[in-house]
Amino acid sequence: MLIRKASDIRSGEITEPELYLRRRDFIRSAALGAGSAAVSAPILTACFADEQAGAETPPRARAVRALGDVRPAPPEYRLDERPTSYEDATTYNNFYELGTDKGDPARNAHKLRTEPWSVVVEGEVGKPGRIALEDLIAAHALEERVYRMRCVEAWSMVIPWVGIPLGDVLRRVEPTSKARFVAFETLLDPEQLPGQRRAILDWPYQEGLRLDEAMHPLSILAVGMYGRTLPGQNGAPLRLVVPWKYGFKGIKSIVRIRLQSRQPDTSWNQSAPREYGFYANVNPEVDHPRWSQARERRIGEWRKRPSLPFNGYADQVAGLYRGMDLRKSF
Amino acid sequence: MNLAGRPARVSVWALGLLPLLALLWDFALDGLGPEPVERITHHTGKWALRMLLLCLAVTPLRRGLGWRTLQPHRRTLGLLAFTYASLHFATYLVFDLDFRFGELAEDVQKRPYITVGFATLALLALLAVTSTRGWMRRLGRRWTKLHRGVYLAAVGAPVHFAWSVKADLAEPLVYASVAGVLLALRLRPLTHRIGRSDANYATLPRSTKTGIGNPSGTKGETTEVW
Ligand code: HEM
Repeated sequence: MLIRKASDIRSGEITEPELYLRRRDFIRSAALGAGSAAVSAPILTACFADEQAGAETPPRARAVRALGDVRPAPPEYRLDERPTSYEDATTYNNFYELGTDKGDPARNAHKLRTEPWSVVVEGEVGKPGRIALEDLIAAHALEERVYRMRCVEAWSMVIPWVGIPLGDVLRRVEPTSKARFVAFETLLDPEQLPGQRRAILDWPYQEGLRLDEAMHPLSILAVGMYGRTLPGQNGAPLRLVVPWKYGFKGIKSIVRIRLQSRQPDTSWNQSAPREYGFYANVNPEVDHPRWSQARERRIGEWRKRPSLPFNGYADQVAGLYRGMDLRKSF
Repeated sequence: MNLAGRPARVSVWALGLLPLLALLWDFALDGLGPEPVERITHHTGKWALRMLLLCLAVTPLRRGLGWRTLQPHRRTLGLLAFTYASLHFATYLVFDLDFRFGELAEDVQKRPYITVGFATLALLALLAVTSTRGWMRRLGRRWTKLHRGVYLAAVGAPVHFAWSVKADLAEPLVYASVAGVLLALRLRPLTHRIGRSDANYATLPRSTKTGIGNPSGTKGETTEVW
C-alpha cells in the first residue's frame, strides 16, 4: 500500500528530530482519540516521559490532530506515484500570508488560530448563512484523495488529502439558477496572518471557479492531509484543492464562499494579469511569460519531468473546456 | 602586517569561498532541503551579487576612508563574483535545462530576466578573462574603459534578481539600493568631495596600489580606474 494512514508510521522511518517531536504529538492525540490501539504501550510511556522532561513540541505541529474515520481513496482518486514526504509537504509552502520564503509558512503557522472557525456562505444560494466548520464537515463523509499538486512555479508534489467533495457542499446550500461562479476568500487578519501587513497582494486572497468546475467530483474542500488535520502552513483548517489547476487556485484558510453570476476577481490575476489567468489549468504548452511550464521538478527529485496537460487529469476534465481557446483563457 | 600582499589575497579567496563551503556543508547535512536546486540557484545567485557589490565598494572605501590596502582585493572580489555567477548558471543549465542548449537560446531570447542575467554573466566573463596583467598591458588605456563595464553588471544583476521574483520585491530592492549608492559614488561631484583623504594616492609606489601591476605603462599616472 502506498498511502499509509498516519497511525502506520513508525519511529524508525523518520529520523528528523523535529519530525520525531511532531509524530510524538500526533501519537499523543491518536492515543487520546480512537487510534490508541495501534500504538504500543512502551512508545507511549516514552512519549509522556519526554513530555514531562519538558521537551517542547514545535509550534507548527501543535495544532495537528489525527483524523478518524477517513474513507480510503477510491481507485479513480488514487495515484501510482509516491507521495511527497510529510516533512517536505509541510516545510516547502507558498502561503504569502505567512511569509514569502518557502520556509516562512511553517515557521509562522502557530500564529494562525483555527478554532473556532466558521465559513460564511452567501450570494446566489437558497440557504445562506454562517456555518461552523464542524457542521460544514459533519454532514459529509471524509474521503482521502491522493492528488498531484503542480505549482505555477514549475515544481510539484503528490499529496494524500483528506476532505469532502466541494460539489456536495455546494448542493447542500442550494445554488440559485443565477449562480454561475463560486468565489472564495481567505481569512483577513494581519495578527494571525502577518504577511498581510505588507501589500504584496491585495488582501484578502481571493480565488474562484466556474460553477461546473466547482461541481466536478475532483474538486474538494480539504481539512486534512496524511491522515491528520491540515497544518497552518498548508491552509488550515479548510482549503480548496483543484488538482488539474496550478496550486495558487487552491485557496487556503477559507472564511467565505460566495456564489455569483459574474466571474470573480482572483488575487494573482489582479496582481499580474499577463502571468496568471482565471482558469490557470496546468498546461505545458502555455508558458508563464518568465519561465517554461513544459517541465516540473517533483519535490525530492533533482531532474525535471515533463508536465502533463491538466496535470494528468485531462480524461476527467478536458470536457469542461471544449471549444475554448486555452491559450487565451490560460 | 601586509594586508595587500599575497597571503592576504589568498585569505580573501578563502573567505570568499566560505559560502560555497557552507552550501556543501548543508548538502552533506540535510541534502539542502525539499528543493535543493532552488537552494543552490538562489544561494549562488545571491553570492554572485554580493561579491559584485563588495567589489564595487572597494574604490569608494579607499577614497572615502583611505583604506588603500583593500585595492588589491578588488580583482579577487570580481573573480569571486564571476565564480558564483558561473556556478549559478551551471546549476540552471544542468538541473533546470538538462543541457538542452536549444532551450537556453530560447530562454535568453524570450525571457527578459534570463536575457539580463546572461548578458551580465557574459560581461563578468569578459572582465574576468581580461583582468590579468597581460591583458592590462595589451589593452593599455582601453582596459580602463572596458572594465567600467562592471557598472553595467552592477545594474544588470539587481534587475535580473527583481525580475525573477513573483511578487515580493523587498529583497531585490535592498540590493538595488546598495548598487545605486555604490554607482552614485562614482558621479563626478561626489568623487570630488570625498576624494580628499586619497590626495596622496598617486604618489604611492605602484605596488601598494593595485597589486597587479601597472596597466597603462605610463609614468606617474594613477591606476585609478573604477
Ligand atoms: C545566464 C545567466 C543566468 C541565468 C540563466 C540565471 C538564472 C536564474 C534563475 C533561474 C534564477 C531563479 C529564479 C527563481 O527562483 O524564480 C535566478 C535568480 C537570481 N540570479 Fe540569476 N541567472 C543568470 C545570471 C546571473 C548573474 C550574472 C547574477 C549576479 C551577478 C545573478 C544573480 C541572481 C540572483 C541574485 C537571483 C535571486 C536569488 C534569490 O531569489 O534568492 N544571476 N537566476
